[in-house]
Amino acid sequence: MKTERSGASEKAKASVRRRYAGAETVAADPKGVDSGPHFMDGDHALAEGALAAGCRFFAGYPITPSTEAAERFAERAPEVGALFIQMEDELASIAALIGAAWAGQKCMTVTCGPGFSLMVENLGLAAMTETPMVIANVQRGGPSTGLPTLTAQQDMMQAKYGPHGDNAIIALSPDSPQECFDLTVEAFNLSEFYRVPVIILTDETVGHMHEKVVIPPADQIKVIPRNNYSGPKEDCRPYKFDCQGGHPMVRAGDGYNFHITGLTHNEKGYPVMTAEQNVKVVTHLMEKINGNADEIVRLEEDQIDGAEVVVVSYGITSRIAVKAIQDARKEGIKVGSLRMITIWPFCEKRIREISAKVKAIVVPEINYGQMVLEVERNAGGRCKVISVNHCGGAVHDPQVILDAIRKASQ
Amino acid sequence: MSTQEIRFSGFGGQGIIRCALITGKALSLYDDKFATMTQAFGPEARGSACAAQLVVSDDRVLYPYITHPGILMALSQEAYDKYYSELPKGGTLIVEEELVKLRGEHPDLRLLRVPATRYAEELGNRLFTNLVALGFFTAVTDVVSADAMKKALPGLVPDRFLKINIKAFDKGYEYGLNLIGKDNSGDAS
Repeated sequence: MKTERSGASEKAKASVRRRYAGAETVAADPKGVDSGPHFMDGDHALAEGALAAGCRFFAGYPITPSTEAAERFAERAPEVGALFIQMEDELASIAALIGAAWAGQKCMTVTCGPGFSLMVENLGLAAMTETPMVIANVQRGGPSTGLPTLTAQQDMMQAKYGPHGDNAIIALSPDSPQECFDLTVEAFNLSEFYRVPVIILTDETVGHMHEKVVIPPADQIKVIPRNNYSGPKEDCRPYKFDCQGGHPMVRAGDGYNFHITGLTHNEKGYPVMTAEQNVKVVTHLMEKINGNADEIVRLEEDQIDGAEVVVVSYGITSRIAVKAIQDARKEGIKVGSLRMITIWPFCEKRIREISAKVKAIVVPEINYGQMVLEVERNAGGRCKVISVNHCGGAVHDPQVILDAIRKASQ
Repeated sequence: MSTQEIRFSGFGGQGIIRCALITGKALSLYDDKFATMTQAFGPEARGSACAAQLVVSDDRVLYPYITHPGILMALSQEAYDKYYSELPKGGTLIVEEELVKLRGEHPDLRLLRVPATRYAEELGNRLFTNLVALGFFTAVTDVVSADAMKKALPGLVPDRFLKINIKAFDKGYEYGLNLIGKDNSGDAS
């Protein structure tokens, strides 16, 4: 109970609410924007999205099925004036990102399950030190080295719960190469504003499939620029535990004295290892994301009003689900669709609302049942929740999802 | 909604993946269609059987993989052996005439044969085999326009070989038109 009260009082301290939607944006630097229509795979689109968003530092270690993103970035880096480093492993890759971010760079890495597992320790450090970065996990079948060249969505929970301790990150899930581009730009903007690692949870199918990708002109791409503190030395605070985004970074080398540590710290960044301080820090880390879920969460909905069954899906599975939904509608079943573009924070409120109005929610995903647990938790027994799981290596047969919709409607 | 599923196959190094890339780019950028391309990502990338798939539609492609291919292009024996049986009755089978020994007459299929490798060698290099085959494919099917295919080439073949690749495409295209008795005069090029 004490923790809840402390959290509430921290939230109440925020006198002026800084909104993501109201954050200052600038047009993208045309040097990084390869405008025009392309026939491109999702991995390449991830790299193009990063370059368009102003990312000029990439450190990574090649791993199937994400390697093409690193290749594209490396190929484009010289012409854009970006730096690409192939590191010795994934631990070093994300460590380099943390350093680059505090040196003022927008930065990115790409990997998949086995590499992401190695990044998890420093992902926690990045979250604790509120270091902006974008990590794309092009998921392949697991566990362990599993199925290097085949698709999966098995790292959904790991993205949030991988690091030890409480921490909140943002995760987005594109359903096409076009969205790999669009959501990478969005990921950088969210990452800059909330000063948090943003994870793009895509998969081998989307990463390796080619489709039309339209990259807009630079002046139509809005990016949130790095916000570096430039005020008087005595007022310099790399942190502000007010449960909000929008607090400036301090750039190493700009002459300010500050400290960056994974230990529980004060607003100058120096260690203060007490239970009281941890209330402030942890509450802030959690609430700046979860407390702003309404601003962060993006969903795509179709015919949910009046539906008796709603299919909740994400990534490549949402496209397979639409095929099943179309067939179910032909049979007269009133079925709606909710596609989660944002995975974390989870769309708790919307699931609670929907669960009060429908007979059942169907959750197809290429794992043994991960996001369905969040759906169940928020549905709270108000409707049936049906998991349509798949152990990875392929996408669902639409017929399997159709059968689940039929069952759900009875 | 009309959807077509196409498989390009051969051995690694023949430019099979490139065939699908060029066709997919032509369709989705210049022919106003939706095209989704997927490819085999195993250790078979070189020398062994290799395939790339295209789903083509007037509307957004939802399911990205092919399930009932209507057109198969097989530029090697192994590819032909592996894939021909998945074609439905009336399906289109395009084979490399001198590399593929047919296992029967395939009376249920629309069978078309092109000596793509020989024509490519006549143009100076068997690396152009895929473009001869693509020209042939464009002529004998109604999937994609020749105009769109040629527009799609820059960026997908090296600049200095663009002209000779177009020549290879034209060679296969004309051979295909002659074979099916279609007049070339009105076609965009």
